[in-house]
Amino acid sequence: MKRHLLSAADLSRDDAELVLSTAEEMRSLADRPIKKLPALRGRTVVNLFFEDSTRTRISFEAAAKRLSADVINFAAKGSSLSKGESLKDTALTLEAMGADAVVVRHGASGAPHRLAHSGWVRSNVVNAGDGTHEHPTQALLDAFTMTRHLGALDGRRIVIVGDVLHSRVARSNALLLHTLGAEVTLVAPPTLLPVGIENWPVETSYDLDSALPKADAVMMLRVQRERMHGGFFPTAREYSRRYGLDGRRMASLQDHTIVMHPGPMVRGMEITADVADSDRSVIVEQVTNGVAVRMAVLYLLLGGSEPAVGGEE
Amino acid sequence: MSTNYLIKNVSVLGGTPTDLLLQDGVIADGADAPDDAEVIDGTGLIALPGLVDLHTHLREPGREDAETVESGTRAAALGGFTAVHAMANTEPVADTAGVVEQVWRLGREAGHCDVFPVGAVTVGLQGTQLAELGAMADSAARVRVFSDDGKCVHDPVLMRRALEYVKAFDGVVAQHAQEPRLTEGAQMNEGELSGRLGLAGWPAVAEEAIIARDVLLAEHVGSRLHVCHLSTAGSVEIVRWAKAKGVDVTAEACPHHLLLTDELAATYDPIYKVNPPLRSAADVEAVKAGLADGTIDIVATDHAPHPHEDKDCEWAAAAFGMLGLETALSIVQQTMVDTGLLDWAGVAERMSYNPARIGRISDQHGRPVEVGEPANVVLYDPRATRTVDPAESASLSRNTPYRGMELPGRVVATFLRGKATVLDGKVL
Repeated sequence: MKRHLLSAADLSRDDAELVLSTAEEMRSLADRPIKKLPALRGRTVVNLFFEDSTRTRISFEAAAKRLSADVINFAAKGSSLSKGESLKDTALTLEAMGADAVVVRHGASGAPHRLAHSGWVRSNVVNAGDGTHEHPTQALLDAFTMTRHLGALDGRRIVIVGDVLHSRVARSNALLLHTLGAEVTLVAPPTLLPVGIENWPVETSYDLDSALPKADAVMMLRVQRERMHGGFFPTAREYSRRYGLDGRRMASLQDHTIVMHPGPMVRGMEITADVADSDRSVIVEQVTNGVAVRMAVLYLLLGGSEPAVGGEE
Repeated sequence: MSTNYLIKNVSVLGGTPTDLLLQDGVIADGADAPDDAEVIDGTGLIALPGLVDLHTHLREPGREDAETVESGTRAAALGGFTAVHAMANTEPVADTAGVVEQVWRLGREAGHCDVFPVGAVTVGLQGTQLAELGAMADSAARVRVFSDDGKCVHDPVLMRRALEYVKAFDGVVAQHAQEPRLTEGAQMNEGELSGRLGLAGWPAVAEEAIIARDVLLAEHVGSRLHVCHLSTAGSVEIVRWAKAKGVDVTAEACPHHLLLTDELAATYDPIYKVNPPLRSAADVEAVKAGLADGTIDIVATDHAPHPHEDKDCEWAAAAFGMLGLETALSIVQQTMVDTGLLDWAGVAERMSYNPARIGRISDQHGRPVEVGEPANVVLYDPRATRTVDPAESASLSRNTPYRGMELPGRVVATFLRGKATVLDGKVL
């Protein structure tokens, strides 16, 4: 694996499968009375969050702690975009504190890339979501969740629905799922698909109803209400009608098809409550799997070549 | 008594080697050289008319941490320029006779090259009310080029009025063509790569829509229009069409748009962040073709210095712009001359004669290298090569996208009215 995890494209198929199989080992810990491993004892993981994201931050925090790493949470309110301390100075501070890994969430696309490649820090950098670019650990936990339900993803049909244009989750998933051999269809109104998407390794569709019956997994993306003011679609009601997943649409799915959402959900907008709370929904399990996958990522980047789970007990 | 220079065996515009005498500020016959003339061996060198940049950001007043008139004109002289037009987006904005006269005076005091201030079209570049264009035209700075560069004069009525108004003093409006609503938050060329990188796109149509509107306005009111830093294939097509119709439009291309493409944004290194953005390889080829066939009249640098901290950050937080004065001629050689698209006479037209004509300074600059003409001359060694080291720049800033690149050519000497501003590649 590369030193940093900045993009899902950094992962070869072998890398991705190694993360998933390591995550499976980590997941098995959840069923043990003692959920902690000594693998990263004495190592320091910094959670550097320029954007509020409680769920991703606590997921990384739990992952690092279960590997016995020391965790520093650094909530940098106001990035350099709003004339606070610059990313570089923050990075130099963390370097001086001896961070071994920096998990970074930032509102600017490419900020983790800058952190990793500008010579500011020597730590391993993990992208925990940058602007409208990528969120590779989310894609890994999604793939992990799908694999647990569907088995190997080769040839599986994954439908991702919503604001692809602004979604780092969609970008990372499109890349990773393609690497793992799945067939991805992105469904959105034309205004929420990026220019040049015809060159991505995915299918696209404007019609949710035609995409659903063949899907093995359906991932709904959050649609921020402020997009309405950008004129991307006329009203929330029209969006829900055309691109929301409700009970009627859910009925057109195959029996084994799972429903996913990276959270936080806007119930009533892209997904109705009956779907979110249905048996098909794996949304809560995604959260559990997030910890296991992030443990695997931190372990593989920082750790060792030794098996993570094994002999010491 | 100033020094007279006898340049021996130099090739004017790549022609048969000859001797040139620069005497009392004027070009004279080499055969008439006085004994005390300082002799320069011009063997292997090309003599070009002093270059004229229609688009330079000298940053003074206001951002003297990025550049001053003194430092910027040193860089200009090193690049072979004898005249630069200083853009108006300073702090305060050059929208009054007072500010343009200050910039003009600072240029004279520095003495490295002539500085012709550009006046803002609108008060404070706000795009709502015309600045006192006449006062700037009548000032000691004799402003003829007006631009809100950095911002587009997007209000069509205001643009029409500006085009009409400057006719009274033979001025020209130089438009930064950028439809603001189509480029809100824009970070890089909109295309497949912007989608992948998650950087907000700056679509070609946002430039082309304004150029199309402006050429129609210029035709309608019978004014002349200059298009700044044209960057897309579609823009070249529109200007070509307008010229064929007889519209009085001129256009410029920047060196970086002749060489660099948007692929560089994949590094997320804001050294490559510029406005208008680096475009696709197809756009680069179209701009080069437009420059070769005369659709694009001039090369202008858009030299845009920024302090280190404004580039040593994440892409979205970084300033737009790149240095250009010291590398422009080399980039033009590499992309246009060495490729056979232009000869040296063509370079002289696009980097000296035409910009001087557009700026209405042809009485002093952009003159042929001939006996009796003002001695504004560059000696250039096209066979030299150099590796760009930002630390060596005369600019106060270091934001060159060419760092580490090996470029052809070297400016050996620059003469402004017979006085050497650069000799042996060094500022005097």
